Amino acid sequence: MSATTASAWTKPQQQANWLVRLFDWKPFLAFACLLPAAGLLLVFLTYPLGLGIWLAFTDTTIGRSGYWVGIENFQYLLEDPLWWNAVFYSVFYTGIATIGKFALGLWLALLLNNHLPFKSLLRAIILLPWIVPTVLSAIAFWWIYDPQFSIISFLLVDKLGILDNYIDFLGSAWPARFSLIAANIWRGIPFVAISLLAGLQTISPSLYEAALLDGSTGWQRFRYITFPMLMPILAIVMTFSIIFTFTDFQLVYAITRGGPVNSTHLLATLAFQRGIPGGQLGEGAAIAVSMIPFLVFATLFSYFGLARRKWQQGEGND
Amino acid sequence: MATVEIRNVRKAFGPVQVLHGVNVDIADGEFVVLVGPSGCGKSTLLRMLAGLENITSGEIAIGPRVVNNVPPKDRDIAMVFQNYALYPHMTVFDNMAFSMKLAKAPKEVMEQEVGRAAKILGLEALLQRYPRQLSGGQRQRVAMGRAIVRNPQVFLFDEPLSNLDAKLRVQMRAEIKELHQRLRVTTVYVTHDQIEAMTMADKIVVMNGGHVEQVGPPLELYDRPANLFVAGFIGSPAMNLVKGGPGEGGFQAEGGAVLPLPQSARGEAGIYGIRPEHIQLREDGIPATVVLVEPTGSETQVVARIGETPLTCAFRERVTARPGETIHIMPEMGLVHLFESGSGRRLAA
Ligand SMILES: Nc1ncnc2c1ncn2[C@@H]1O[C@H](COP(=O)(O)OP(=O)(O)OP(=O)(O)O)[C@@H](O)[C@H]1O
Ligand SMILES: [Mg+2]
Repeated sequence: MSATTASAWTKPQQQANWLVRLFDWKPFLAFACLLPAAGLLLVFLTYPLGLGIWLAFTDTTIGRSGYWVGIENFQYLLEDPLWWNAVFYSVFYTGIATIGKFALGLWLALLLNNHLPFKSLLRAIILLPWIVPTVLSAIAFWWIYDPQFSIISFLLVDKLGILDNYIDFLGSAWPARFSLIAANIWRGIPFVAISLLAGLQTISPSLYEAALLDGSTGWQRFRYITFPMLMPILAIVMTFSIIFTFTDFQLVYAITRGGPVNSTHLLATLAFQRGIPGGQLGEGAAIAVSMIPFLVFATLFSYFGLARRKWQQGEGND
Repeated sequence: MATVEIRNVRKAFGPVQVLHGVNVDIADGEFVVLVGPSGCGKSTLLRMLAGLENITSGEIAIGPRVVNNVPPKDRDIAMVFQNYALYPHMTVFDNMAFSMKLAKAPKEVMEQEVGRAAKILGLEALLQRYPRQLSGGQRQRVAMGRAIVRNPQVFLFDEPLSNLDAKLRVQMRAEIKELHQRLRVTTVYVTHDQIEAMTMADKIVVMNGGHVEQVGPPLELYDRPANLFVAGFIGSPAMNLVKGGPGEGGFQAEGGAVLPLPQSARGEAGIYGIRPEHIQLREDGIPATVVLVEPTGSETQVVARIGETPLTCAFRERVTARPGETIHIMPEMGLVHLFESGSGRRLAA
């Protein structure tokens, strides 16, 4: 615009009062804008977390506010075979389920990344296990694992005749443990597959063409191109998956409630069992708090795994 | 090094026919440029040479061997992609050594070969960098380095300079040409820039809509374009093409102008072509009204109208005339091109 109009018109000097000046002051403005979010976080995240941690150091039971007992709850847990059992199964459950989810999820993602007929339909179907509410799928698995009406037993015994007896999936410790892991894998695959598929689609097809001309085999293209380029997203997805699996509650509680004979308790289900039906709020809280070190470890894993690799950075390195 | 023969090659993507029978013979060590407007099928043809697209019908031979069913890795070719396709997670060294790594070459051989290519391209100082840390021109050079390291029979380039700015493009053009003179490897180079084609090629293949319009050395295409398409495509600024027919005292343009015709001109000429640089300022020329004057320094481009017919002229002289004034111009008789109006074919002249 022309300079003449600008000089002819001067902005009327506003008589700024103290309120206007306060809101023009950046630190105050930032504080004022952050306040609602910070308040919400404080009330809905920090308070329950803080309360939980505080409870872990008391002998509170339901109906009786407790006294500060220091680390007594934790000392007790260290001598509690059930807690050790739950630690073992939580780690085992997370480990095996994560391996299963990522092996199958990556395989599915690679498959879906090819040109397939009905590709979008397949992708939608893949998402189904994830969309179904957990409790609903838990009930479905309950049926699948039923000692008398299990479809798996029906197929293996009555139809195919491979086995002689019906499988008792949930009746003894190890079969129950693996059955739950299978259910968790089934539920977790869509998240992994779809996330990794998104990662795969960011890899430029011309890289594969270049590698093809460079003389690579299919395995070499996966090993030297797909896998390293998928690494950043793989690390994120894996961190989330580990956290979600380690803190899983619904599937186990809905299918076995930690049984048979407490063999399938995860830390989360054990904490609930102790705290709510068992009434030992302090002890339950201590079990829940004992998950924190494991989760911190998983997050650190992500922090270092995710740390932007050198090749992703734009700056010079010399 | 090898010859390349493309015999009656067709390509269809589903129902869409993209190449309609292409024939090109490429001699050993020749630098061939495929040029044509966007979408004419240049990349498709190049990718078929590389083995990245299958061949719907026809034959492609590299050296004595028909490669229709030979997978890309066994064709002994190297390709430089338009987006370079450098592996972002590998250093320059690893990018260039990748093909050897796949072949499990010993480390000393890799270092020696990469070192040789890096020296040719001036990349020695950049070997430990990642592609992200390079400029466009450097990436371009790494992509070429990756190709050189392979010692291929044939180099393929798909618009390798189109992501560079104008100045760098001129520089890289010279570098690629120099590289070719040094290595003497058969090269097929795709571009839509006719200046690149003219300056680099031993032989140009002009394509349009999936057909080859003309094949020949750059100056032959410039001097004797086989048809209207080539006439309009090769040369900058583009050739003036005037519709009309032979009449009283020369070529009677539809706009009313009468342009001088060579003696030998035949009766069926429907289009008169004259390059801007082949129009001269002459005292006894045809009067024309200046429409636009564009001095470029070395020459002056003028658009002038004879009657209603606009002609673009490029004069070596400086022209002081202003729009609206009259100048006198004359096409150089011996350099007039005549074309049939229906088919657009060149009439022997
Ligand atoms: N995978 C494909 N499926 C269908 N049609 C395609 C495919 N690839 C290319 N085509 C079509 O083939 C024609 C030629 O494409 P091509 O990429 O060879 O053009 P080009 O000459 O390289 O153009 P440009 O100069 O823009 O790169 C285009 O009309 C394009 O739409
Ligand atoms: Mg192209």
